[in-house]
Amino acid sequence: MTEMYIPKEKLAGVVEDLIGRQRVYGPVFDGAYHNFEEIKSAGALDLAYSNTRLSAKGLFHPHSERMFEYSLASGDPEAGVLKETEKDYSPRVVLGMRPCDARALKIMDRNFNSPQYGDPWWVKRIEATTIVGLACNAPCGTCFCTTAGSGPFDDSGLDAMLVDLGEGYLARAVTDKGSALLSQISKGSAAPADAAQKADALRRSAEAAIGLQFDVGSITGKDSMELFNSPIWEEIQFACINCGTCTFLCPTCWCFDIQDETHGEHGDRIRIWDSCMFPLFTLHGSGHNPRQNKAQRVRQRFMHKLRYYPEKYGDGIACTGCGRCVRACPVNIDIRNVARLMSSSACVRPA
Amino acid sequence: MKNPYLPYPVRIDSIVTETEDRNLKTFTLVFKNPEDEARFAYTPGQFAELSVAGQGESPIGIASSPTEKGFIKFTVNKVGRVTSHLHSMKEGDVMGVRGPMGNWYPWETLEGKNIVIIGGGFAFTTLRSSIVYMLHPDNRSRFGDITVVYGARSPGLLLYKDELAAWEQRDDIKMHITVDGCSDPNWKYNVGFVPTVTKEKAPSADNAYAIICGPPIMIKFTLPVLTDLGFPPDRIISSLEMRMKCGIGICGRCNIGSEYVCKDGPVFTLEKLSKLPNEY
Repeated sequence: MTEMYIPKEKLAGVVEDLIGRQRVYGPVFDGAYHNFEEIKSAGALDLAYSNTRLSAKGLFHPHSERMFEYSLASGDPEAGVLKETEKDYSPRVVLGMRPCDARALKIMDRNFNSPQYGDPWWVKRIEATTIVGLACNAPCGTCFCTTAGSGPFDDSGLDAMLVDLGEGYLARAVTDKGSALLSQISKGSAAPADAAQKADALRRSAEAAIGLQFDVGSITGKDSMELFNSPIWEEIQFACINCGTCTFLCPTCWCFDIQDETHGEHGDRIRIWDSCMFPLFTLHGSGHNPRQNKAQRVRQRFMHKLRYYPEKYGDGIACTGCGRCVRACPVNIDIRNVARLMSSSACVRPA
Repeated sequence: MKNPYLPYPVRIDSIVTETEDRNLKTFTLVFKNPEDEARFAYTPGQFAELSVAGQGESPIGIASSPTEKGFIKFTVNKVGRVTSHLHSMKEGDVMGVRGPMGNWYPWETLEGKNIVIIGGGFAFTTLRSSIVYMLHPDNRSRFGDITVVYGARSPGLLLYKDELAAWEQRDDIKMHITVDGCSDPNWKYNVGFVPTVTKEKAPSADNAYAIICGPPIMIKFTLPVLTDLGFPPDRIISSLEMRMKCGIGICGRCNIGSEYVCKDGPVFTLEKLSKLPNEY
């Protein structure tokens, strides 16, 4: 099954059927914001949303998770030996993910699943998940996905995509996984003759509403050391308070810390999101810190997203233009402005 | 799928206090599961994460050589939470080792070359691994002259004193041991900083590579000496330290520009470093 039409009045039934077969996740309104949660009954799912407060990365790389557990009990022959923590990797479906967040998973995958090392938790969660995206008919003013190599109808990170046609959803499979999922749905019908045309018109109007915000090629084509040594960072970092909100909300910020937490004679090795905005992130045991100044940390974040990542993987920038950091930054630092400064900084010579 | 975050369980076989300030101890570790030793196949220059349940992990250079079988060795400076706890552990205790990690000294390139090793203080660990490796009967003929300049602040702060003395007796390795200062009238080696001694002994740059590890101040003043001796930047090799967690290029903190020290390093040529941000 590669394409079907789901009238909106039948969506709840479709979701209930899916819940009966596997775990289902989707956007849930918590009173203030939408966030991804497990959907236990179809009524909890709310697809009438712009985007979630937190990105979808937490579904695959949770904010905190147990990696291993250990015993420190005296007399335990296995004391001090780490054991893998049991996890649920049963099949699941994520409904309603925006194309930018799904593309972000492709970017994160470069990091978590390299030819040399696979992060087992990441890889197993990706394998267990079928992602059904929801195309964006009405992008926000802070969206710049088309600039960042994605788009409101970008299906590159999706297994299937829903397009809201008003009275119902056009569902299209993108991958075999998506196709297998659509074939589970018995309540759909053949897409109306004009559905594809309508979807295409929605795509064109959404893309037109966004517009080009900066030129990626003029950043990635620039000498890395020239950008690193550019005077623009002084101005960019001035207002930053290193709060880490941007890295917390960013769908492609993957950095994490590993810590041991012991309770009595037992404990867990856990990993927790970390942030390049924090001085402790790079502090050596000796007291030396290669990024001890705020300006160095701010530069690191933007250089990583817009220059180091493309240099390392040759696959576009590590940003999908979701605009969360632009909306949530308490001092109004705007990555679109930073990118414009970076792309024009060739004209600015250090004093 | 092998979990790259899961340490191999090891038993502490012996602990040797190396220095008079008791801040450096060498831990000889034996794998609890003998088959793990083959899985841990390493090359001199690599490092590993030492793991202590309840304390965490610390990235440490491998001080043993792959030519030494049945154990691995790490010389650990007592600095933070994990290393301080390690210093309080006893022979027989169980801990973990994760690795090997990172790249290594470029042994294929170094084959047939004269090797100049310059070390300072406790950064001599992977250099010890390299010397033991090159001096092994199977390997010695693969390399030309081996010259070592190794310095510490005082005689009591030199690592591996018995081995240094043994290498002094050999005719297939030129040793230049030095200390910054010494009040021992029987001290029979050099007195002077590493850069000065390197300049005095002037190892030839002909067909040679230099491997240099030590405190930043030593490296800073030795590099111009090597340059004057004729070593080009692509023949000066160093190894970097960085705060690390995962050790496998995933957790994000040890980057210098686009390179992760844990995975793309820790070994870099001076030529490569000159093209990266000075953020280390």
